[in-house]
Amino acid sequence: MSFFARFARNRGALFGLIILWVIIGMAILAPIVFPESPWRMVQRPFLPPFAVDGMWLGTDTMGRNVAAGLMHGAWVSLLIGLISTSVALLIGVPLGAIAGYYGGWLDDALMRFTEFFQTIPNFALAIVLVAVMQPSVTSIVLAIALVSWPPVARLVRAEFMSLRHREYVEAARLIGQTNTQIILRQILPNTLSPIIVLASLMVATAILLESSLSFLGLGDPNAMSWGYMIGAARTVIRQAWWLSFIPGVAILLTVLALNLVGEGLDDALNPKLARERH
Amino acid sequence: MVYARLILLRLFKAAIVLLMIIIFNFLLIQLAPGDPAAIMAGEAGAADEAFIAQLRERFGLDQPLYVQLWKYVSGILSLDFGYSYRQQMPVLDLILDRLPATLLLTGTAFVLSLVLGIVAGSMAAMRARKPSGSVIMALALLFYATPLFWVALMAVVLFSVYLDWLPAYGMFTVGANLQGLDLVLDIALHLILPATTLGLFFMAVYTRMTRTSMLEAAQQDYVKTARAKGLAPGVIQRRHILRNALLPIITLAGLQAGQMVGGAILTETVFAWPGIGRLMHEALVQRDYNLLLGVFFFSAAMVILFNIITDLIYRIADPRIKEASA
Amino acid sequence: MSDALLSINGLTVALPDGADREYAVEDLSYEVHPGEILCVVGESGSGKSMAANTVMGLLPRGVRPVAGEVWFCEHNLLELDERQHRALRGKDIGMIFQEPMTALNPLMRVGDQIAEVFEAHRALNNRAERQARALELLTEVGIPQPERAIRAYPFELSGGQRQRVMIAMALALEPQLLIADEPTTALDVTTQAQILELIRDLQHRRQMAVMFITHDFGVVAEIATRVCVMRHGKVVELGSRDEVLDNPRHPYTRDLLEAIPSDAAPPQRKALPPSPLLEVSHLNRVFRSRGGLFKPAREVRALQDVSFTLSRGETIGIVGESGSGKSTLGRCIVRLERPDSGEIILDGVPLSALSGDVLRLERHRVQMVFQDPYASLNPRTRVGMAIAQGPIANGTPRAQALAMADELLATVGLEGTADRFPHEFSGGQRQRIGIARALALKPELIVADEAVSALDVSIQAQMLELLEDLKQRFSLSLLFITHDLRVAAQICDRIIVMQKGRIVEQGYAQDVFVDPQQDYTRQLLDAIPGRRHDHHHEATAIT
Repeated sequence: MSFFARFARNRGALFGLIILWVIIGMAILAPIVFPESPWRMVQRPFLPPFAVDGMWLGTDTMGRNVAAGLMHGAWVSLLIGLISTSVALLIGVPLGAIAGYYGGWLDDALMRFTEFFQTIPNFALAIVLVAVMQPSVTSIVLAIALVSWPPVARLVRAEFMSLRHREYVEAARLIGQTNTQIILRQILPNTLSPIIVLASLMVATAILLESSLSFLGLGDPNAMSWGYMIGAARTVIRQAWWLSFIPGVAILLTVLALNLVGEGLDDALNPKLARERH
Repeated sequence: MVYARLILLRLFKAAIVLLMIIIFNFLLIQLAPGDPAAIMAGEAGAADEAFIAQLRERFGLDQPLYVQLWKYVSGILSLDFGYSYRQQMPVLDLILDRLPATLLLTGTAFVLSLVLGIVAGSMAAMRARKPSGSVIMALALLFYATPLFWVALMAVVLFSVYLDWLPAYGMFTVGANLQGLDLVLDIALHLILPATTLGLFFMAVYTRMTRTSMLEAAQQDYVKTARAKGLAPGVIQRRHILRNALLPIITLAGLQAGQMVGGAILTETVFAWPGIGRLMHEALVQRDYNLLLGVFFFSAAMVILFNIITDLIYRIADPRIKEASA
Repeated sequence: MSDALLSINGLTVALPDGADREYAVEDLSYEVHPGEILCVVGESGSGKSMAANTVMGLLPRGVRPVAGEVWFCEHNLLELDERQHRALRGKDIGMIFQEPMTALNPLMRVGDQIAEVFEAHRALNNRAERQARALELLTEVGIPQPERAIRAYPFELSGGQRQRVMIAMALALEPQLLIADEPTTALDVTTQAQILELIRDLQHRRQMAVMFITHDFGVVAEIATRVCVMRHGKVVELGSRDEVLDNPRHPYTRDLLEAIPSDAAPPQRKALPPSPLLEVSHLNRVFRSRGGLFKPAREVRALQDVSFTLSRGETIGIVGESGSGKSTLGRCIVRLERPDSGEIILDGVPLSALSGDVLRLERHRVQMVFQDPYASLNPRTRVGMAIAQGPIANGTPRAQALAMADELLATVGLEGTADRFPHEFSGGQRQRIGIARALALKPELIVADEAVSALDVSIQAQMLELLEDLKQRFSLSLLFITHDLRVAAQICDRIIVMQKGRIVEQGYAQDVFVDPQQDYTRQLLDAIPGRRHDHHHEATAIT
């Protein structure tokens, strides 16, 4: 069975993939559909959805177009999710690989370091980092990456530890391959599937983190994001609950879609486990 | 004896982690753009010059870095977390004042989510091939994917604004001056929404974990042995599958404690729950970094406490570890 | 025969869609009578366990009986509902499994796990009675210190002891039928002999019927009353032990019996001119489990003062049970492990003293063939490349190395398969690829670590032939590590017997096999199942 056929056998995953494409489409089309800044005030404030033509989702407390904010926000969410996950992988994979492959005191030291980061409450650390570095896309990406690499390191380390005494890896040592060759050619390719699955889930978590930061007012002041929209509408929740509701649904759907896709990838990449699970 | 030694070891480790956090905080202040004294006092211009000068003096900001580090660390080790200029109170007092509320909120949410999560997860595992099992898992996924602060807001809209069933803000009715049992009931009523919304996400996490763990345990050889003995399915589920499946969940629960404290920041902000999470938000808004770092330190300490507790529970639950460390 | 306790008639069990064949077993018929041990023998994939799992109602999900009848006492087991079937399990039919290490619940005390059987069938009313009976059972199955064992957790017991607990549990309610699914396969030979003795003894005392599933004809010879040989889900031969072992009618049974390493004394081999290739002297290796701050470290002495010499062109067998240090010795020689002290000198090169890149560049002289054919090849590397990687790492141009890999694959009988991935090969074929990979570096010495023990007997024999043949063609020397003295005697010039990290005996294969000097070697030889078949033969004839 092909990879996609195995993936598509999981209905939820297929559904998630479709939502994800819609959101990617929103992000790409945002500058075309709404070429003007989503921060610009275009109408009276507090317009409910569908009240005025061209303002399908109404306007917010400042008279800004909610639909424009939603589409531009998709771009910000996906961008920050992807980049921060990549940075987290760049930290976690090498750390985990080295700890798992070499073991001994190196492993001890690296794992103590990882544990330290894991003990610190994630979200509180992210808040402190962004607050002190001043909110910007860069500081947000760095903060999210810094709090989300430990699970990667642990996963990669566990995989490396279980694979490094596999007979084919020992055979590679015996035929004279160097440690670098063994890590890159023998072990790493065999750890890719769980890393890919974890990465897709991490993008989802990163998007949640970003929206939480923006909600607290720690978003990039120049980037319209879903979390900011909810945070800004919080004080008027009694009068205009939809202003908080709509961007929340967007976050929910994106995170849900990424989780579903992650599960589908898991099924497709580990067909044996999937059969037992369903 | 074994436990005393274990607790001692864990406390020793905890002390090292806390020391590292103090150093980390110090580095953060150093790395932040601008004058460290101004940062500690709050945003530039907010504090008066005299206060900033006093800070400079206290932390020896004109001296070499290691002297500054030493002053900072020894200050905190003597429980001096500095002074919040904005709130006109020592940071430690502010935090200790708010800590009980947070412990109540996170503790309730923790127990609630763990118990309900394990129940839902084992139900989903036993009904793995039935629609009811899929429904539980779909709900769990939904809660897992929902932003916590948004659920909190929507809960306020639904249960306080429209249905008017539950209070939306605060920890007790302001100005009512309740005493005794009435006060307890009042607080309990105020606790329902924050604890539930905070617990939902974690309940989803435990539900998913319990199900996976139970399905995995169900594949083990000892389950086949149990079936070969002629045990009833219910007994096998409880005594053999669930008991073994719970071990990894205890570990996970310890790891999740950190996230729970993070989640409390959002929940307390939305519900105006007077805990350290809300204090952190206030510190953020007022750019009161000294307070911010103090709260950060305490939230980490709370996580470590949770970790030690779950670790001890794990050791009671798994005979293999007891033996190995004896 | 109407007195059968269990009678299987025309049983067909279907596998789920997408399996490699449609039926696990097809039109299966045999009977088990009270007071006999029926051995069901077959290689992996023969479907030998399927009937047993059908009887127990423990078939894996998706696998279901589609035709036939299974009569036990007055019940057709296929028509019972789950509740009725459950009432029989553990009470009238007991079962023990292959893996004693994982078959017990790690979180429950042994006594409670036995007591559960009484509880499930409402046999004894209170806890004290159940515990008392559990203690009696543990005593009966010969566990040392039963009063302590009853309070122990499984991890505190050895593999053999756990299997005894399993037996106690299966026999708790004195079932009429005991099903034993490869119960000794995971155990050392000496433990295996004890467990077989115990099963035979209990069976005799209680006059119960036993269905014993195994792949090992040695075990069959030891224990069976009657034998049922299976292949591809069908019975190929059914008869009394002596009929089947002495006069096999079906060619498959004959092949299987011939493939078994014989107990006959190995031929005297001519002594080789002493031209030492490998000199191992005073090797020591201690494994320490790292202690924590408050935890004492533990020590296992894996090698203690091990010395021997291997001549050019010679094959030495290193024989021992698990924990004897035989694998550590092999791993030290190929330098996957570093000895704590002592010397390993290969043709003048002090392998034990090298490290880093110097060692890496000398590695090609000694290669290894591994035990597990499924773990020894990288699932994501094409087999041609897997073989060529060695020469490439040692400086051979890529194209030339790949061409060489093609040749080597042909040498081991897998011509033109260089572009395939490992999962496209069977276990035996993968082992051939592993050998080709070792040969690619033109080594002087090959260490084969249990290289045939994961394979079925028929494949095992082919593999030994191939090794012997390659040894001649490439003028190799061979260090053959095995737990099986019979296999060692077949292809080795000399044999070294190890126990607890020490060499207890070494000598020419024939001498060790025919006239062992040490008690431990004698024990090992006596423990080999089936070795005393001929003596038994006489004994059964008399009774």
